[in-house]
Amino acid sequence: MNAVEVHGLHVRYDRVEALQGVDFTLPRGTALGIVGPNGSGKSTLLKAVAGLVQPSEGTVRVQGRRPRDLRPGTIGYVPQVEDIDFQFPVTVRDVVAMGRYPRLGPFQPFGAHDRSAVARAIEALDLGALAGRHISALSGGQQQRVFVARAIAQEPLLLLLDEPTTGVDAATEDSLLALVRGLVRDGLPVLMTTHDLDRAPEWFDRLIVVDHKILADGTPDAVLESGAYAGIREHTHTHGHHR
Amino acid sequence: MPDILAPFQYDFMQRAFVVALFVGALCSSMGTYVVLRKLSFIGDGLAHASFAGIAIAYLRGANFYAGAAVATIVTALGIGFIHRRGRVSLDTAIGVLFTGAFALGVFLMSRSPRATVDLQSFLFGSILGVSSYDVAMVVGLGLFVALVVGALWRPLLYTSFDPVVAQAAGIRSGFIDYALLVILALTIIVSLQAVGIVLVAALLVTPAAAAGQLTQRFVPMMLLSCAFGVFSTVGGLYASYELHASSGATIVLLATLLFFVALGVNAARRPRRAP
Repeated sequence: MNAVEVHGLHVRYDRVEALQGVDFTLPRGTALGIVGPNGSGKSTLLKAVAGLVQPSEGTVRVQGRRPRDLRPGTIGYVPQVEDIDFQFPVTVRDVVAMGRYPRLGPFQPFGAHDRSAVARAIEALDLGALAGRHISALSGGQQQRVFVARAIAQEPLLLLLDEPTTGVDAATEDSLLALVRGLVRDGLPVLMTTHDLDRAPEWFDRLIVVDHKILADGTPDAVLESGAYAGIREHTHTHGHHR
Repeated sequence: MPDILAPFQYDFMQRAFVVALFVGALCSSMGTYVVLRKLSFIGDGLAHASFAGIAIAYLRGANFYAGAAVATIVTALGIGFIHRRGRVSLDTAIGVLFTGAFALGVFLMSRSPRATVDLQSFLFGSILGVSSYDVAMVVGLGLFVALVVGALWRPLLYTSFDPVVAQAAGIRSGFIDYALLVILALTIIVSLQAVGIVLVAALLVTPAAAAGQLTQRFVPMMLLSCAFGVFSTVGGLYASYELHASSGATIVLLATLLFFVALGVNAARRPRRAP
């Protein structure tokens, strides 16, 4: 069974149709990259897979189920922009520990496995020295690492990353790349949007080009050599990267 | 009996202190979520909305708590429903429903010739007048709310901090939001006897806001808020006995004083900016 199966997906916001008949599948142990111009529906596609927006037509299945019917903790999601109150009274360790919350029932204690998952995620994202700091005392790139660590601590069966490398330095990007490739090797399916076409072959096993519809789907090298890539590249270079 | 224990020689004062203790702990614990979710307006709104149910119960000789509970919970769920389904901002939904429910209460009371004296106690509380039945209701509802919060504190915390990611991870954020509104409504009903409709919002907001000045961790904030809430209600009740003043007003004034002390302590701890 594929980890994700999307068939004939349409998503409509009021009168704007963000996605117009998208089809793709994501097998286990595969990193699938989504590229496309700003406003092309990349983030909407991730949100539809996460169950955060409902299809106006078509189906989304994760592990064979609708996203809302999944067991809590199945999907780890890191949005492009965290619309949160950074003055909220939590430290880095508190935020990473939240990744375990969906897996804990009422009154269930935070057990040894939960503590171990949090410790491993903190170590994997090199956050050990920052673990006791308040979330507002970090740079944007460090905060992004915390949110990735929270998703990893959740031990999800599907990881959705919305432009996780935007705003992080080169060293952090390299460590994120190594981390994600390691998780994929262990069998985790990863769906990730990006603007960074140049490094796409390092990140992904497969690449899809989205502009409300899927314009190309294949290996990164094949997609980058196709005509679909040129148009996107021109667009992103003209308008620049933004969050 | 030493003078300091003088208030406790009266049964009505003993009951009042038990209610003060529970109301202080409950309001200030729930207040942590209220402050962090920026829902300060909702405490005031739900308290005012309860007045419609209180008025109907009073005029028909029905149970005070049942009337307040129905009006407050219906308003709480209505606020949540209109906000989620009606594309109306939360503060607008609160503003529309609470004023409507409060106006209904005033309208009904204004048509009753015997209502004017009791209106005062509904608005400003009558903690010294609580009966043994009231104490049992406050303790029972208080323990129920504590049990629900104990069961849901993690999803409540996660959805307060990052509702979108929490929902993607499988936490039913809609259910959690409604559950919070219902237990908030129950907390307000429990507190009405102590401080009344007008002042209950202060107990929901002020101790948690004071605690937020002194810590950047959630659990310490909740514990500190709880301590401030109990100090305000129990200390305020004691002070009101000694000063022959309104108990509800004294409780809230003490909480306000604590807030400004916490504000000062926080300001003193912060490094000064270079000139």
